[in-house]
Amino acid sequence: MVGPIIDQFASATGIDVQVRYGSTSEMAATILEEGRNSPADVFYAQDPGGLGAVEHLFAQIPDSTLNQVEPRFRSSEGKWVGISGRARVVVYNTEKLSEADLPDDIWGFTDAKWRGRIGWAPTNGSFQAMVTAMRALWGEEKTREWILGIQANQPGVYPNNTTQVAAAAAGEIDIGFVNHYYLYRFIAEEGESYPARNYHPRAGGPGAVILVSGAGILDTSQNKETAERFLEFMLSTVSQQYFAGQTFEYPVIEGVKTHRLLTLLAEINRPDIDMADMADLEGTLALLRETGVLP
Amino acid sequence: MSRTGRGFRSSRPPAIIWLPVIFIAITILLPQVYLVLRALGAGDQVWELLFRARTLEILGRTAVLTVAVTAVSLAISLPLAWLTTRTDLPLRRVWSVTTALPLVIPSYVAGLVIIAALGPRGMLQQLLAVPFGLERLPEIYGFPGALLTITAVSYPYLLLALQASIRGIDPCLEEASRSLGHGSWATFRRVTLPQLRPAIAAGALLVALYTIRDFGAVSLMRYETFTWAIYLQYQTSFDRMAAAALSLVLVALAIIILLIETRTRGRAQYHRSTVGVTHPTTELKLGRWRWPALGFCVFIVLFTLVMPMSILGYWAIRGISAGEPLRLAWGHALNSVYISSLAAIIIAVAAVPVAFMAVRYSGRISRLLERATYVGFALPGIVIALALVFFSANYATPIYQTMVVLLFAYLILFLPQAVGSIQSSLLQVNPRIEEAARSLGRNARQTLLSVTLPLAKSGIFVGAALVFLTTMKELPATLLLSPIGFRTLATSVWAATSEAFFARAAVPALLIIILSSIPMALLVIREKREGREET
Repeated sequence: MVGPIIDQFASATGIDVQVRYGSTSEMAATILEEGRNSPADVFYAQDPGGLGAVEHLFAQIPDSTLNQVEPRFRSSEGKWVGISGRARVVVYNTEKLSEADLPDDIWGFTDAKWRGRIGWAPTNGSFQAMVTAMRALWGEEKTREWILGIQANQPGVYPNNTTQVAAAAAGEIDIGFVNHYYLYRFIAEEGESYPARNYHPRAGGPGAVILVSGAGILDTSQNKETAERFLEFMLSTVSQQYFAGQTFEYPVIEGVKTHRLLTLLAEINRPDIDMADMADLEGTLALLRETGVLP
Repeated sequence: MSRTGRGFRSSRPPAIIWLPVIFIAITILLPQVYLVLRALGAGDQVWELLFRARTLEILGRTAVLTVAVTAVSLAISLPLAWLTTRTDLPLRRVWSVTTALPLVIPSYVAGLVIIAALGPRGMLQQLLAVPFGLERLPEIYGFPGALLTITAVSYPYLLLALQASIRGIDPCLEEASRSLGHGSWATFRRVTLPQLRPAIAAGALLVALYTIRDFGAVSLMRYETFTWAIYLQYQTSFDRMAAAALSLVLVALAIIILLIETRTRGRAQYHRSTVGVTHPTTELKLGRWRWPALGFCVFIVLFTLVMPMSILGYWAIRGISAGEPLRLAWGHALNSVYISSLAAIIIAVAAVPVAFMAVRYSGRISRLLERATYVGFALPGIVIALALVFFSANYATPIYQTMVVLLFAYLILFLPQAVGSIQSSLLQVNPRIEEAARSLGRNARQTLLSVTLPLAKSGIFVGAALVFLTTMKELPATLLLSPIGFRTLATSVWAATSEAFFARAAVPALLIIILSSIPMALLVIREKREGREET
């Protein structure tokens, strides 16, 4: 997905960029195993948990780069910076539901009338980030009750976001908790008659939190200046327009328009929370294990 | 000196045998060393994790799935193997090839296809909705889906082993039994089946270990196995220590399965003990049973091969007609074929000394080594990959992220497939032929090269073919260890499906299947021709 924009950086600057693609957890584990001998210069992750696991190996990013992005979209210690925004949404099947049928915030899905109609992906990093935001916004107790409430509604358990969107469109589930952009990729492949749409909870709350993909520079890197240029480029208008137009994500800098199918960032009732507040993944995992959602 | 039919107890293996074996042994031990190192660094909570009720439950479910998949695979493979080698089934050669092909399908792709077809709101439900008013099909998720998916892509391990073994059976034993008054069924049970024991054991071993290490199918089907729990540790808590501790439990499970297999295989000899002439076996006439037999073959091929390919083709066409550009990515295909061929040749060659040593010079050490090669096959790809990342990045940096390390990974992962098939071949070769060569003046090395190897040819080719197609679909080690920019068809499928572009995934997935089918088909056709020539 990011391939084309990286190619553009390479041709614009003449710098040879070598990219290794993989899932966040595998790449993070690889960097940790490589340790001091890591050949990596930049680690670019979709998953806030992944950035957290590698954060102690990152170098400081210059302020000029950091300041291009809102404080809520970067690490509090300046170790990594957000590159593209992802909104948590509820994907729903349009043949069975309309937006009016959906509750104001995701607490509403703990109601018994949603039994057997929900899907979730507790092993997915973005879901866990959402639960971390929930703990920050609603507190530990209410979060536990939400988890138990959804559990009681016998949700379908999916490995990731993609399978949830596919299941919602097929009618296997009525709603799922996903990141916003997957839907648009399905629509691009199957047309606008695709029977699923996103819902940004109108009352906000953790169900509407905005996450970011982010990147940091490895402290062991031999090419720190070039790496900094790369980050600068990813935050430039050209790249941000690419993310907005081609991968259906939200730009993190000012002055870039989002894709016409997306709800404008300004119109989303998003909760007032920073990425820094969502750093405690361990606590979320402990809660998910305690409630029996994860083994 | 007693002859148990196993080999030269008194002589030492020649250097051409034991040198490579030592080298291979060191390589395959690397992941275990890595695991122990990491597990030692695990905190106390890991021990608590290991003995928690949920973990033991997961272990139980893994065991249940493994037994079930092996049993169902045997139930499918035995009749299929028999029908395609010993009867007058119409279009026998076609069935012989097509029933072995599902091995080329990656399990993740098989899972996606089965969910699309048989899911609660999948294609079958759509078909039945109008005439029968079926709103939802019963859940395919969980145990049924996992059983179906993994069996569908792994039963060919048993099938191939059985087919090769049946072709090598000496018909005079069965004829002797018939002449002594036993009917067909009794002959089968008391004479033929025991001769198939090593093949059943070898094939079942591969099926069982494949089931343990699978992640793609069980994660889609939501069946929590041990490998799934290991991946979870990497994914959620990024905890390599806990993952290593869990992996060691997996190693223990693999060792238990290996012990069971060794027992099952038995110690009898499987080659002819008297001088005689091989003559062709008479084909069993099916008569009326031809139709149910055909129906069975059709059903298996439809479900395990035709359905996945059709659904993939449908996704590809649908995506293209919605405007998705058709990128044939010949570069990726070339890379896949290149590395898979390389792996097949290297690993088949490496397997010869190991198999030879295990069969002809079977002492405790050589048997242990041969068994140890299977442990690599049981471990999830990510564990092997990370072990090699650790060793090569820190201790062998020049070869890190080069083809060399990647081939090492494939060696650790896939050596047992080649060793198993070469062993089966060797077991059917009478050691007296080699003794005769020795007594005529050839030394051990010359005997190996000019007498034994040609006789074990079919096992070597089968082993190479198996390595080729499993390398074509391998993902986690390739993602982590391949040289940067070296993309294969498997990594394109992964990249596309992880970003929800199914049409983009369908084309490389189809290419994997088609390209892998070529050596498979060639192999099976060659086996048939060999069988015919020998008569």
